[in-house]
Amino acid sequence: MKLIINIAESLLLARWRQTLVAAIGVTFSITMFITLLSFMTGLNDLLDSLIVNRTPHVRLYNEIKPSKDQPITKTVEYKDYYNFIHSVKTSGSRQELYNSGAIMQSIQKDDRVLGLAPRVAAQVFFNDGTIDITGVINGVDVQAENKLFHFNEYVVGGNYIDLKNVANSIILGKALAQKLLVNIGDVVQITTSKGEIFPLKVVGFFQSGINDIDKVQSYASITTVQKLLGQSNSYITDIQVKLKDITEAPAIAKEWAVLYGCDAEDIQTANSQFETGNFIRSLISYVVGVVLLIVAGFGIYNILNMMIYEKMDSIAILKATGFSGGDVKYIFIFIALSIGLFGGVTGLILGYVLSAIINQIPFVTAALPTITTYPINYNPLFYIIGISFSIITTYFAGWFPARKASKVDPVIIIRGK
Amino acid sequence: MSIILQARHINKSFHDPITVPVLKDVTFSIEKGEFVSIVGKSGCGKSTLLYVLSTMDTDYEGELEVDGELMTGKKAQKLAQVRNEKIGFVFQFHYLLNEFSVLRNVMLPGLKLNKYTEKEVEQRAMERLAMLGIEDLATKMVNQLSGGQKQRVAIARALINDPHIIMGDEPTGNLDKKNSEIVFDIFKTLSEKYQQTLLIVTHDPEFAHRTKRIIEMEDGRIIRQ
Repeated sequence: MKLIINIAESLLLARWRQTLVAAIGVTFSITMFITLLSFMTGLNDLLDSLIVNRTPHVRLYNEIKPSKDQPITKTVEYKDYYNFIHSVKTSGSRQELYNSGAIMQSIQKDDRVLGLAPRVAAQVFFNDGTIDITGVINGVDVQAENKLFHFNEYVVGGNYIDLKNVANSIILGKALAQKLLVNIGDVVQITTSKGEIFPLKVVGFFQSGINDIDKVQSYASITTVQKLLGQSNSYITDIQVKLKDITEAPAIAKEWAVLYGCDAEDIQTANSQFETGNFIRSLISYVVGVVLLIVAGFGIYNILNMMIYEKMDSIAILKATGFSGGDVKYIFIFIALSIGLFGGVTGLILGYVLSAIINQIPFVTAALPTITTYPINYNPLFYIIGISFSIITTYFAGWFPARKASKVDPVIIIRGK
Repeated sequence: MSIILQARHINKSFHDPITVPVLKDVTFSIEKGEFVSIVGKSGCGKSTLLYVLSTMDTDYEGELEVDGELMTGKKAQKLAQVRNEKIGFVFQFHYLLNEFSVLRNVMLPGLKLNKYTEKEVEQRAMERLAMLGIEDLATKMVNQLSGGQKQRVAIARALINDPHIIMGDEPTGNLDKKNSEIVFDIFKTLSEKYQQTLLIVTHDPEFAHRTKRIIEMEDGRIIRQ
């Protein structure tokens, strides 16, 4: 065995330029694989985070809708009939979640849950001189919101925590603030749907990346909004829950809708277009990854194949002087594996360096105020796949021609001269 | 005298593109210490016969014995071992490995045999190079040598494992007069001084006439031996 490694080493080093070219072929493929996949999944994760970071996995609320049980369906004699009712009106149900405190306690205890954030939504008018601009104020628990939905990442001016610390404060959508011509520290007048006028102090701006949202949304603390609406401090209209495993959301939403007697919406239903987009993007990543690997594999195979065919003479000599087919095979597999390992490791390093460089390229987008450079996903899995792949392909790329070489009669090569 | 090589009723045909018989019922034997040459016109099958005898070509009918052991039907692994241990080769072209030094080339079959330590193999390789008068070339790379020198290195390599028989396929075919003479003298010395068995294929009648025994071939048959 030592002799075989020794011979392989000599064969490799004697034509070091050729060896280098073969190794560079492997290196290039693996570098491209690592870089492209890191970059693509990095971008993907970025797009995912656009939605996932700020969307609850399950949202509990009360929808304004007509009652499902109209009196006639409850009548025993007409129960099994088809009943057609025209002009059904929604009942005067409240948007408040009943018994919200108990619900929150119970959800908090569920160990599938990462965390929850209560909300109160209020429709208001922002008074700008003689014009009223419609808008929504979300009353949020600032700390919970920040922990679960990265609230601070979207606050572009001011400090998000002031929302909690400053009484009667508001963070306006950037587009809305521009419309109202206000700056941080200014006071905006709002009129509630019940006609009461409140002054609120602007402590910051937020930018969600979707201009339509920024034109109408704004945030205040829960107590401020409860005050605006003239409700008690148990008044909650939404409970937003983040789960440990996002895929469980639809099942849990169904379970809770029954359990707590309210509406529950899961992220997959609320953002089905996002789900589709996400699926397609992942699909593209995987396809590109697989194609890259296949192309790389053929490249590696070709290079090694040629390298081994070039050494057919040496094979014939070795066999004539008493080396068996097996010895010849091991020599070439060893050559192939050293190229694969060397090229692969270099490829991983270069791939890492290249992705690190991409990670430094400026990338400014209004949609994501916190992102300043192109995103890269440094997933160790890519590196593991990369190195395993380079070793496995070089092994087979060496194995097939080596097997052929091991079987060939040396006479055929010698006579061929 | 013991028989080193025994061929019985060897038949062989090439099948591509049409079946052409190249060896027809070849039977002969070589005893220990003989210096034999096979002569014949180009295409008479003498090289083909040598490859069959060398165990490298296994596609034939008939029986082949080396050192009293039947080679026909043996596995490739076993044949490689026999070639390594019992047969030494010298080809028309030197067929040394360009990737290695002269010494390493001579040593390789010895290292493969794994009978001696690396140090001992090196010692033996140097002895053989010295015997052929080329010990000063030991550290050179193969491509720095002349044709005659290469052929002598190839002979040293053939000798490394003390083979029972040395086979040569036109070993002087590619050399000029002077180098041919040197190579022939080496063979002669090996034969006379060391009782080395030699089987040389050649088309050079002068070379053949100076050997002890001539096997003449024509159209795949032995016509005189």
